Amino acid sequence: MLGHGGGGRLMNQLIRERLIPRLSPERDGPLHDAAVIPVNGQKIAFTTDSYVINPIFFPGGDIGQLAVHGTVNDLCMAGARPLHLSLGLILEEGFPIRDLEVVTESIAAAAAATGVSVVTGDTKVVDKGKGDGIYINTAGIGLIEHDQHISPAAPRPGDAVILSGDIGRHGMAIMAVREGLSFESDITSDSAPVWACVRALLQAGITIRCLRDLTRGGLASACNEIAEAAHMGIRLREDAIPVREDVRAACEILGMDPLYVANEGRFIAFVPNAEAASAVTALRATALGSAATVIGHCADDPDHLVTLKNPLGHDRIIDMLSADQLPRIC
Amino acid sequence: MKYIDEYRDPELARQLSAEIHRITTRPHTLMEVCGGQTHAIVKFGIDGLLPDDIELIHGPGCPVCVTPLELIDRALAIAARRDVIFCSFGDMLRVPGSRQDLFTVKAEGADVRVLYSPLDAVGLAARHPDKEVVFFAVGFETTAPANAMAVYQARQQGLTNFSILVSHVLVPPAMEAILSSERNRVQGFLAAGHVCTVMGFEEYFPLADKYRVPIVVTGFEPLDILQGICMCVRQLEEGRAEVENQYARSVRREGNEHARRIINEVFNVTPRKWRGVGEIPASGLALREAFRAFDAETKFQTGDIVTEESPECISGEILQGLKKPPECPAFGKTCTPDHPLGATMVSSEGACSAYYRYRGRKSVTPAAKN
Repeated sequence: MLGHGGGGRLMNQLIRERLIPRLSPERDGPLHDAAVIPVNGQKIAFTTDSYVINPIFFPGGDIGQLAVHGTVNDLCMAGARPLHLSLGLILEEGFPIRDLEVVTESIAAAAAATGVSVVTGDTKVVDKGKGDGIYINTAGIGLIEHDQHISPAAPRPGDAVILSGDIGRHGMAIMAVREGLSFESDITSDSAPVWACVRALLQAGITIRCLRDLTRGGLASACNEIAEAAHMGIRLREDAIPVREDVRAACEILGMDPLYVANEGRFIAFVPNAEAASAVTALRATALGSAATVIGHCADDPDHLVTLKNPLGHDRIIDMLSADQLPRIC
Repeated sequence: MKYIDEYRDPELARQLSAEIHRITTRPHTLMEVCGGQTHAIVKFGIDGLLPDDIELIHGPGCPVCVTPLELIDRALAIAARRDVIFCSFGDMLRVPGSRQDLFTVKAEGADVRVLYSPLDAVGLAARHPDKEVVFFAVGFETTAPANAMAVYQARQQGLTNFSILVSHVLVPPAMEAILSSERNRVQGFLAAGHVCTVMGFEEYFPLADKYRVPIVVTGFEPLDILQGICMCVRQLEEGRAEVENQYARSVRREGNEHARRIINEVFNVTPRKWRGVGEIPASGLALREAFRAFDAETKFQTGDIVTEESPECISGEILQGLKKPPECPAFGKTCTPDHPLGATMVSSEGACSAYYRYRGRKSVTPAAKN
């Protein structure tokens, strides 16, 4: 039976053990956020994502905006310039037309702001009780206009790990409005398109080994996936990772670790250490990347462990969680 | 962050660590009672800052871990009913019963909800008069006041569709059970700060006297724990066995009178089974006669429950501080957070979960390393 929702180790297992062997048995190697397809001498990036978030309206965004940013950002993680999106809507009978209009306007606004166009789509209505108001699927294509080989397998020991800004806002903004947990806060989602940041790195001529957005499972899961794919360890420094005060406070109260909390406008970049300073400078010149910083380095490690050094000097293992974090009792 | 960063200051931590090294002249074995403290110790590497002569053993203070299997099975049976909205703290959902956990029951269609406050369950009951709303009232003295208040408010609102499944446990009787055991190795306690915030620490004076054991009420941040250890070691080195309060910014000797009053009004003390440990006299809370209408165990006849504990799991010995997680043959092999054999691998306050999460499947205790 399914119990694999959290984007953690269980979800990973489901994909690797149940889906890939049936769909693409010859496939070997790491999974990327987007597929890269050669077409007539050019390289196209192609990806898809489904959005089932509840509540659909949350501080700092809604499901429509998220459906654009999420897919666009997956294209960006392949180093592609996002071009076109498809839009699939699955609506439950009784879903308010007014909400549909608001979500659609939000999709249009996010697409315009990101420079992508919605070029094809599909709408289905399911019986009441067979859906959760609205589900959205978007697929996107983008163009890779450089010769860099950006891949989860590419990082090497010694490479710097650069984080594009503070973490934990999206997940905690959702948590604050979720039924049964609601608490007062000013935390808003960080949902945003990251293309301007990736473009800045490309234009600065940085060697980009790998990019990974920090969605479900957060920074910790992203680092673990790359460490596994690149057959190395990652050493992070806790005091280098920016977390806003209110996000930290909410995490402390609920007993959650911001390293595992979802983001929708943040990514990590793996670059050669010699180019780390230039990469940070390039990112900081963008509005979204103004707090970009080096948070650690890749290391030789046969166990592919991700570790975090705290200010007391202790290294602890940052493992992948098996599923969603749960609020603690006391 | 204010009230957090001050208590994680690396320089002060080094000073406290140096002081503990300076005053320690012989081996001492201390137990931190609360699972929250265990997690902080393993997460921040506090055991690594101590002299080899100081051994920390992890106590029974994990509410999810000590909730008896029989009660979890009962919860699963109640949650599976079509007319029930079953509410629980998040921690409880992955705890394995004999055959299932609450997540599985939810996946099969049961209405299981994670709440952060039992008062929200009272609100749910008011909004869903056609449903029975049941709250899984687990925990130590820390969660008892809010659970008591939920029952109290439900009665005031005249709600007949609200009840709680009670598995409340009390800390001091468990400490006494450990001290009176023939296998006891504990020479000093770091008492659970948050429990004492509610209950105060009067109850510890007779324990310290009777068993000649220092008890230091201790907080949860790295500096709290280091200072608690320092105070405890100093007592042992000086041959004292007193009750001291390290966590004075939160704990008063008499505790929180309002919280104690509501606990007393709604609950009375009862013998209670602890998972992996067995029955401890006068170690739990049950609803008083006047509130029996809110007792889910009476309301829903779930029949005889036949429990089945994993034969491999040694969580009972872990909870009594007799063994450490890496000493378990199943640890990190047949028992992982994905496939837990016992509650100590699941709960965010369980010792096995702390070791696995922060030190990995190959984790060793500092003692084993040396």
